[in-house]
Order: sequence, then structure tokens, then C-alpha cells
Amino acid sequence: MTKNVKFKESMKAVKAFLIRMVQNQLFIPLAALLFLVLFNIVVDPSFFRISLEPSSEGYPVLSGYLITIIDNASELAILAIGMTLVTAASGGQDISVGSTIAIAGSVVLRVLCGTDSRPETLKAPIIVAFLVCVIVSALFGAFNGVLVAYFKIQPMVATLILFTAGRSIAAWINNNELPVINDPSFGYYGNFIPGIPLPTPVFIAAACMALIALVLKVTNLRLYAQSVGINPSSSRLNGINPQTIKLISFIILGICVAVAGFIKVSRLSTINYSVVAKDIEMDVILAVALGGNALSGGKFNMTASIIGAYVIQFLTTTLFKFKVNSAAISAYKAVVVIILVVLSAPYVRKKLVEFRKKIVSHKVKVRKEVA
Amino acid sequence: MSFIPRASKKLKNRMVLTDTNLLLFITIAVFLAMYCCAILFLGRGFTKPQAFFNILNENASLIILSCGMSVVMISGGIDISVGQVTALVCMACAVNLDFQNGTVFTSMLIALGIGLAFGAVQGFLVAYLEIQPFIVTLAGLFFAKGMTTIINASQFNVENEQFKALKSTEVNVPLMGSYNKLGEYIPAYVEIGVLVAVFIVIALFCALKWTKLGRNFYAVGGNNQSANMLGINVKLTKFMSHLICGLCAGIGGYVYFLHVGSGSPSHAAGAEMNAIASSIIGGTMLTGGVGNIAGTFFGVLSLSTIKNIVASLGLDEAWWTNITVAAMLCIFLLVQSVILARKNKNKK
Repeated sequence: MTKNVKFKESMKAVKAFLIRMVQNQLFIPLAALLFLVLFNIVVDPSFFRISLEPSSEGYPVLSGYLITIIDNASELAILAIGMTLVTAASGGQDISVGSTIAIAGSVVLRVLCGTDSRPETLKAPIIVAFLVCVIVSALFGAFNGVLVAYFKIQPMVATLILFTAGRSIAAWINNNELPVINDPSFGYYGNFIPGIPLPTPVFIAAACMALIALVLKVTNLRLYAQSVGINPSSSRLNGINPQTIKLISFIILGICVAVAGFIKVSRLSTINYSVVAKDIEMDVILAVALGGNALSGGKFNMTASIIGAYVIQFLTTTLFKFKVNSAAISAYKAVVVIILVVLSAPYVRKKLVEFRKKIVSHKVKVRKEVA
Repeated sequence: MSFIPRASKKLKNRMVLTDTNLLLFITIAVFLAMYCCAILFLGRGFTKPQAFFNILNENASLIILSCGMSVVMISGGIDISVGQVTALVCMACAVNLDFQNGTVFTSMLIALGIGLAFGAVQGFLVAYLEIQPFIVTLAGLFFAKGMTTIINASQFNVENEQFKALKSTEVNVPLMGSYNKLGEYIPAYVEIGVLVAVFIVIALFCALKWTKLGRNFYAVGGNNQSANMLGINVKLTKFMSHLICGLCAGIGGYVYFLHVGSGSPSHAAGAEMNAIASSIIGGTMLTGGVGNIAGTFFGVLSLSTIKNIVASLGLDEAWWTNITVAAMLCIFLLVQSVILARKNKNKK
């Protein structure tokens, strides 16, 4: 008898744990990740093979689909950090990140190449180019931020301006030339540093995550961004200036864009204005949405967003592996997004909870009748 | 007793004049000023009526897309899938005409079906499941983009005779022709798409002005809670706005198809951004509740006039067009924001 009671109690605990887990914000991205992993295990276990192979320059590097995923997701994860803050504080998304990446990359090349589009040596130290690119991107972020914070334009539309003009500005910065850098040391940031088997962007992304974790831990940014996103006027009454917070969030996104743009340019040592980081804004917004963050602002979970970014890249790589045409991938992504969004919609959740309650009450009724 | 309602009615009329009509007035003034500038500085090309009709010919589909976009924006939403739906419609119709022995009639049905399907699904998700319109239509954009490539990945021209005849049909406009250097009379013409566009502009203008559904769009966009309290079916209204936008995307897609006569995944790229920009330039407020289809019409004309000016200034590199469009969008957004701020001050 006691055994039975104990069993029942433990079952209750397990049930409570499960419910808490399902309600956790990390559940959706992790479940999606788990689903993708299982799918790949069932279809083709070789997906997870990682091997040490000599790279084109002779030293051994890790290669495999998993490495590709964490490598290519670096930019996405870095952008997701900034986008989460912008989403939380302003209640909208920045759709100009792809275009601003083109600008950032163009600035890097302009500083490194000077007026020559095929330089033999670098015209400036790489760190200078990086800093200039950070400043320029932060300024463009501030432009968006001012439009959103001070002129009260919806973020999606305010950033539409740079979305339209960004790639053209990027082309204009370099007189529509496509500079190519021959110096191999510039490629270290987007590919491999000799002797280290992991791609460098992974480390850069990890550094960015550590930095933002530190910022959120030490400063009040999380609290302020959330309170501004939930109710700007009441946070103003509490002594927080919503306009400054929104502006800061856009500037942080600008810096994230600069880092991502730098990696993108370093990967190829050149740039193609109309193709670089194309549609990345959609992927980033998806990552934030997948992380279960309310796209209308307010509370956010940075970890969930970053995991979301990796899930999106996992999905992309899986689709690529099955030889899906790169343009057709978007259709599959759209279906996934619709399913996720529908499942996480407040209305559907409410209905599901009601449905569960109905089942439970029905069971109780049946039991009573039996008794 | 009786004069009080009349006075309040008068006040209401004046209020309407200050927001919707002020923006409309600005738009028309800007368009006229820009066209005059074009005539003054760029010489005679712009004085011919045909120059104006060419703008219409090239932008008939954009006018239709922008009208649908305005309806959605007036009711407080946004639809960014229209450009890719246009591409999907082009590709589906082209495949139907060339590979499946379709007729012009079946291809039209396909266009309308695709538009309505996108509108209905997106409208359902936005209105009844309460998902943000931006995310839903973003997914719609992705889906349409992928489907276009899945149907056919490469560009090809349609060879169907019936369709070609329809495509090359030109409607002469009486009294608007001009004489060339030899003294021959060249009649001014518009394509069939322009007639469709003008019909849709007039129909939607009347619908928004005088039908119950049209007034509901404004009420829901202005404040959906008070609209709900007035007994308006908010969900149905939002659904209908997306349905109309989808229908416009279908028709606009077919008009675009009629203009270019080919199917390609890269068709109408960025059309959604042009449509949003035209609506904003035409005085539709993003916050919803304010806007005018006539304004949208002039918004498209302003946008394409400035593009023509940039092109004929010799700055033919594509980037200048984008930068000027963006600058114009920026200016109009600032004007809107200033007007809104002033209105809020007046309320206090």
C-alpha cells in the first residue's frame, strides 16, 4: 500500500517537473533542436561524424556538419544578442541588419585597401579597420535608434530606410568596386588560425556571449530594457528614460552587426554587396522568435535566443545536406516557422490548456461515476 | 439642444481634415512639385502626356499592390509577402500557360487563387490566432519565395499566342497623343493593366469611403478595443483586410505578369518595400486608422517620378535610386511623426 502511495507521489513529482519544463522558455528551442538531432540520427548518423583533416594550408582542422553548424551560426548568434535587446526594448525588429552588414564589411575593406582595390599589402592595421567599422555601424544603429526612440516611428519601418539604401551605400563606399585582400592574416578571423583546429568565428561568438552575459549581470540593462518594453510611460515615471534605453539597444545591435560583418568579410577576403548576408535579418528574427521571446517587446531570455540561432543554422545545414536547392530552403523554413509560431501563439496555448483541463475534468467525472 | 450635435459634427469634420486629408494634400503637392521640377530641369520628355502614361504602364502592378498594402496598414497590420507572391503568381501562370496547355482564363484563375489563398491563411493566423502580422507575412514571403523556385528555378518567356495578344494590347487615350518631328500623329496609349489598376483604385477608394466594411478598417486600425466596444467584429475586419491585400497581390501579380510576359524567381524583388514606401508617402499612417487610397495612388506616382528623375539625371547606377527612395521615405516618416506629435499635444 505504502509502495503505491510512494509511486503515486513520485509520479506527481515527475508530472510537476514535466509541466515546469514545458512551461520553461528554453523548452521550445531545445525541443526543436532535439527533434532535428533525432531526425538526423534516424536518417543518416554520419551527420554527426567529426574528423580531423588537413586544411588547404596543411595543418589539421576539424571538419564535419556539426563544425559547419557552429561555425556558420556564429554571425547569427552574435546578431541574435543585439536583436533580442532591440526586440525587448522597442517591441519591434530591425530589418536592416543584412544591409548594415554590407556597409560594415565595405568599411573594413575600404580602410584596409585604401584607394587600391587589389592591394599587395594592407594599408592599415586590421584592428584600426575593425574599430572604424564598429564606429560606423554604431552610428547607423544610432540613426535607426533615433528614428525609433525620438521620432516614435515603428522599428520595422524606421529600419526599412536602411534596408532599402544599405547595400547601395555599401557599394558607394567602395565606388562599386569589389576589393580583394590577399594578405592571409586577414582571413584568420573568418576561417582558421594556424594551429587551432576550431574555426575562429566560434571563439568570437563565445567572446560576445561572455561579454553580453557580463553586461547583463553587472548593469541594469536587462531590467531597464524589459521595463521599457513592457510599459514605456510607467518606466519613465520610475525614472528610466525609455528613449535612451531604446537608443542604447539599437547601438548595441549596431556593434553586433559590425562584428558579424567583420567575420563575413574575413571569411572570403572580399565582398559582394548584393549577396552578402542576404536574408540574414529573417533568420535572426526567427532565432529570437524561436527562443520564445515575445516579439512585441518586454521580457526576454538571451540564452533562448542564442540557442534559437543555432537551431536555425542546424535546420539550414540539415536541408543543405539533403540537397535542397538553396532558394527552396526558405519554403521549408517558412513551414517550420508557421508551426512554431502557431504553437506558441497565446490564443492557441490558452485553448490547449482549456482542452487539457476539459480532459482532466472528464476523467474525474468518469471516476466519480464509476465509484 | 439641436445645435450641439451639429457643432460636434462640424468639429469632427475639421478633425478629419487635419490628419487624413492633410497628409493627402502634402502627397499631391509633393507629386505636382516634383513633376514640375522634372519638366523644368529635364526638358521636354516629361511634358508629353505619354511620359506620364509610361509611368502608369510601368507601375500598374505596384499601384495595385500598394492599394492592398494601404488597406492592411489602415487596419493596423502590415503585409510584407506581396512582392514574393507576385513572383509566385508570375511563375505559376507562366508554367500553366506554357507547359500545361493552359488558357488565359485558367492562368487568371490561378493568379486569383494564389492571392486569395495567401490572404486567407495569413488573415486567419493574424486575426484569429493573434500572431503578429509581421512574422506571419514574413513566413509567407519565405514560403512564396521557396515555392517559386520549387515550381521552376529558371527564367523563361511565355510563348502562348493568346497571352501574347493580350499582352501587346494597347488602349489608346483620346486627345492625349502628340506629333513627332515629321508631323505624324502618335496616339498616347496605356496597357490593360493600367485600366485594371485604375478600376481597383476607384473601387477601393469608394469601398473605404462609403461601405460599412471600409469604415470598420479605419475604426479597427485607430483603436481596436474601442472598435470592439462599438460592436465591430474586429477579428473579421482584420481577416478581411488581409484577404483584400492577398487578392490585390494576386491581381497585381497578374498585371505584372502581363507587363513582363515571363516567369522568374527574381521578379518583383523588393516590391513589398516599394509598396510600403508608396503607402507611407501617400499618407497612410503606420499606426493604423489614417490613410487614403487616392494618396497611395499619388504615392506610387511620386516614387516613380523621382526614380525617373534620378535615372534621367545620368546617375544611372542602381544605388542612387535606392538611396533617393530611402531618403524620401525617411523625410515622409519624419513628417508623419511630427504631425502625430502635434496632434498628441493638441489633445493634451
